[in-house]
Order: sequence, then structure tokens, then C-alpha cells
Amino acid sequence: MLQRLLSDNFIPSADAGVGALAVSGLSVAYHQRLVLRDVTWTAPAQGLVAVVGPNGAGKSTFLKAVLGLVPALTGTIEVYGRPLRRQRALIGYVPQRESVDWDFPVSALDVVTMGRYGLIGWGRRITGKHKAAAMQALDRVGMADFAHRQIGQLSGGQQQRVFLARALAQEARLYFMDEPLAGVDAATEQTILAVLRELDAEGRTVICVHHDLQTVAETFDHVLMLNGALVAAGPVREALTEENLRRAYGQRASGLLLGPR
Amino acid sequence: MDMVGHNTLVVLLGATALGMAAGMVGCFMVLRRRALVSDALSHATLPGIVAAFLTGMALGVEGRSLPLLLTGAAISGAIAVATIQAIKRWTRLTEDAAIGAVLSVFFGAGVVLLSVVQELPAANAAGLKGFIFGQTAAMRTGEAFGLGALALLAAAMVWLFFKEFRLLAFDEGFARAAGWPTGRIDLALMALVTLVTVVGLQTVGLVLIIALLITPAATARFWTDDLSRMLIIAGCVGAVSGGFGAVLSARFADLPAGAVIVLVATSLFFISLIIAPSRGLLGRSLRRARLRRALLAGELGG
Repeated sequence: MLQRLLSDNFIPSADAGVGALAVSGLSVAYHQRLVLRDVTWTAPAQGLVAVVGPNGAGKSTFLKAVLGLVPALTGTIEVYGRPLRRQRALIGYVPQRESVDWDFPVSALDVVTMGRYGLIGWGRRITGKHKAAAMQALDRVGMADFAHRQIGQLSGGQQQRVFLARALAQEARLYFMDEPLAGVDAATEQTILAVLRELDAEGRTVICVHHDLQTVAETFDHVLMLNGALVAAGPVREALTEENLRRAYGQRASGLLLGPR
Repeated sequence: MDMVGHNTLVVLLGATALGMAAGMVGCFMVLRRRALVSDALSHATLPGIVAAFLTGMALGVEGRSLPLLLTGAAISGAIAVATIQAIKRWTRLTEDAAIGAVLSVFFGAGVVLLSVVQELPAANAAGLKGFIFGQTAAMRTGEAFGLGALALLAAAMVWLFFKEFRLLAFDEGFARAAGWPTGRIDLALMALVTLVTVVGLQTVGLVLIIALLITPAATARFWTDDLSRMLIIAGCVGAVSGGFGAVLSARFADLPAGAVIVLVATSLFFISLIIAPSRGLLGRSLRRARLRRALLAGELGG
């Protein structure tokens, strides 16, 4: 980890034309089944990107393969023009809420402080400075009053906000979020969307697996549409078309965008 | 102190240190749901112990040399854990099937080797059986001292890497995404479990060491929702069990230390299960009763 702290994490200036994330020829298989085939895509240097597609399209798998959490069959991943493993300190991650045991004996503040561990380093104690930063992140998602609650006593939406706060505490440049809006209450949804806009305004990139096509256009700038392979990618207006949706979702696509909210 | 000799005192302190280390390391085993892996690990030490004994005899070293036997134990235990991981990774068998297969094969091989050793004319293999259920009476002062020091080392490592172990145990995916070498942290944790297991072989025995790893941690969970406090409580429960168990077994010469230690730990577990305020059975039903009364009295706004 010391090595990580000293590594020259490299961020080219915005006008250098280097994307935040460059994925090239990414294929993933679970056992014998190919889940993602040959995805090549470059994320914009800034903005909010929604990864959309039907159930089983490989959206979550795409995120996990990019982060190296599931092994890729083929492909290379670059972050700001350099191999991902050298740029880990620039990455923040919000996993799916179901991925952890919420009965674990930690408080909300403990979980958010985990976002600081990379900045603290191997075998070192957690100092007040890092606790304060974690507290600030909790405050940003409206959870400061719940800092000392055991995480199992929080509602689903509150747990999701704790996960978001942990990612904020990482102070990353490029964020990956796996369905942060899935099954949350309206207040949490508003909070999370507000934080996403703040991150965008601060010049960060957020790549977000998202299931609700209705809200894509109002929140996100870019779309990456998957269905076992890349279907379409680009600015929302250009990529989120009826024709592309039909290619990704099949006939079920009709009315996906226009249906009642 | 006249009834407790110098040797007994060292054994007692060694058992206390062992209990503390086992309680602390065991917390992470319980939280990572690895309890059964450590059971397989401890059972798998038997063939290593006997093989080390045979190797010692063949090389003309004193066969009962404790460091040699424990090295053999650590090696075969580590091979067993690696085998479980390999089965899980390369086949579609689940972890519990892998654990069951590995545990029984290794333990069976150990029992067969042990009976082979007992057939040998010159072998003094009587001490080897002590590793199965533990035997503190045979322990020398120097050995007890060394084992106690190793247990303290394990406890110190848990304290030093508390942050890393907590991160790994709570959210491995997040840790990997953030660039932590989760494989190596996991390896360090398994190394500590192996160390505690091997240290505990002589005192508690390979059949019951699992109880000293798991029971204090499970007991501590009743009392707190905070991992650092859970480690402290589990360390204390383990230490008390180890120390008290060693004293009882020294006072009544026929009682095997391992069994007594485990029974003390289990008593503490049951007491906690009932009286622990927030997660215990008594506290829970009291709170429900109070809630019901309040509801019936109309004190809760509707």
C-alpha cells in the first residue's frame, strides 16, 4: 500500500483527449458460458455514464471485470491512459448492497472509514483526521446522525447511502457504482442523485449500472448499452434511441421510454 | 502457590495466552464463515505430526522433539487448506463438500500412520496420542514458554493488522477494487489460524481446538456490535477459559486440559446466550414483553 501511496497517479488534463476509462476487447465467461463478448469502449473524461441493458445483459459483470473482481477472458483496461493496477487510488467503488453481511459488527462510521484505508496505509492506525473525513462524507449523504448505529439497524436506503459515503471518502476521480438506486426510498434516491450531480460538477466521472430507463435521460449524460456485447454507446440523445433499445431489449422495448412513470 | 508448581504455572500462563490468541483470531474466522475450514485444518495436522515423528526417527533425531512435530503439523494443515481452496476453485463442488472430504481423508491418513508407528518395535509413540485430545501434563517448562510466546505473537499480529482484517472480512470486493492485496491478507489470516492451531495442539488437542477458536468469538458477539470490542471480549473469554481450564485440570490430575478448557468456554457461551443485554435471549424477550405492554396500554402513538 505504501507503494500505492507513492505511485505517481496520473491524470492528464481534460483537453488532452484521454478518456477516464478505456476498455478494449473485454470478454468474460462464467464456467463455459460467455457473458460478455469483445466490449471495446472509451468513457468520456468527465460526466455521468449509465450502463443499461436487460436482466442478464452482463452490466454488473462488466463493472466487476473492469475492476478485476471477476477474471476477464481477454481484454485490457486503462484508466486515464495507464493500466488500471497502477491507478487504483483514483478509483471509487459502490458495490451492490446485497454483497455484504449487514449483521457485521461495525457502525456506519466504521464502514465509511474503510474508504480512507487506502489513504491511511498498511498497519497504521486510523487517525482523527480520517475519522473527520469519514464523518464529512456521512454528512454529505444526510447520515451524520446515524454514524454510530450498527449497520444492521439501518434501512435499505440508509445502507445504500452509507456505501455511497464510503466511496465519497475515497476521494476518487473515477467512480463505479453497481445499481445504487435499486430498491431505495424516494428520499434516498433524491440524495444519491444530488451527490451524483455534485460529483459531475466537480469534474469526476461516474459509471453507474442503472436499471430504470425512465430516469436515464434526466440524470445521465452518456449511455453504455449492453446485451452480452456492446449494443450502443454515446451521449444519451444519440445512443438512447428506439432502434438501439429494440436491439438490446428485443420487442419488449416498445414504450420503455414513454411508459407511465 | 504451593499446590501449583513452577511448571504448572508456566503451563497455566501458556494456556491463557493461547486462549486469548484463539479468541481474537477466531473472531475473523466466525465473521468470514470459515469455522469449518479451521476444523479441517486442525484435523489435518495429525498425519503431519506422525510423519514428522517418523522422519525424526529415520534421521536419528529425538522423535519427540516438539518443534519438529509442530512443523510437520503446520505443513500438513496448510496442505489441507490449500487442497480445499483448490477443490473449490477448480471443480464445481461447494466448500462444505471440499471440507468434508479433506478433513476425513487427512485425519484417516493420520490414524493409519499412527497405528503403523505403534507397531514399530522401538518407537515410543505414546506421546503422539496426546496431540489428539491434548495433554498438558507432559509439557516441559521450556515448551510451554515457547508456545505462550507464539500465542502472544499471534495476538499482536491481529492487533497490528486489525484494520486490514476487518476490511477483508466485511467487504472483500471493495477491498480488491481499492487495490488491497486481498489474497495476501487472507493468507496472513490463515497463517495466524494455523499458528494458533499448532500452538494449541499440545494443550487442547486437535479435535477440540476448533471450540477454542469459535466459542469465545461467538460468545463475544452476544455482548457487542463493535468489532474491536468483540475482539477484546473474545480474547478475555478465551484467556479465562484457557487459564481456568488449565488450573482445574492441574488440580484434578485425571481431567484432560483440552476438554476442561472447552467446557469452561462453552459455559461462558451459554451464560452469554441467556443474559447478554442486547442480543441475549432474556433481554430480547424482556424488551418484547415491555413493547407489548406499552402497545396494549396505548402508549405508542398510532
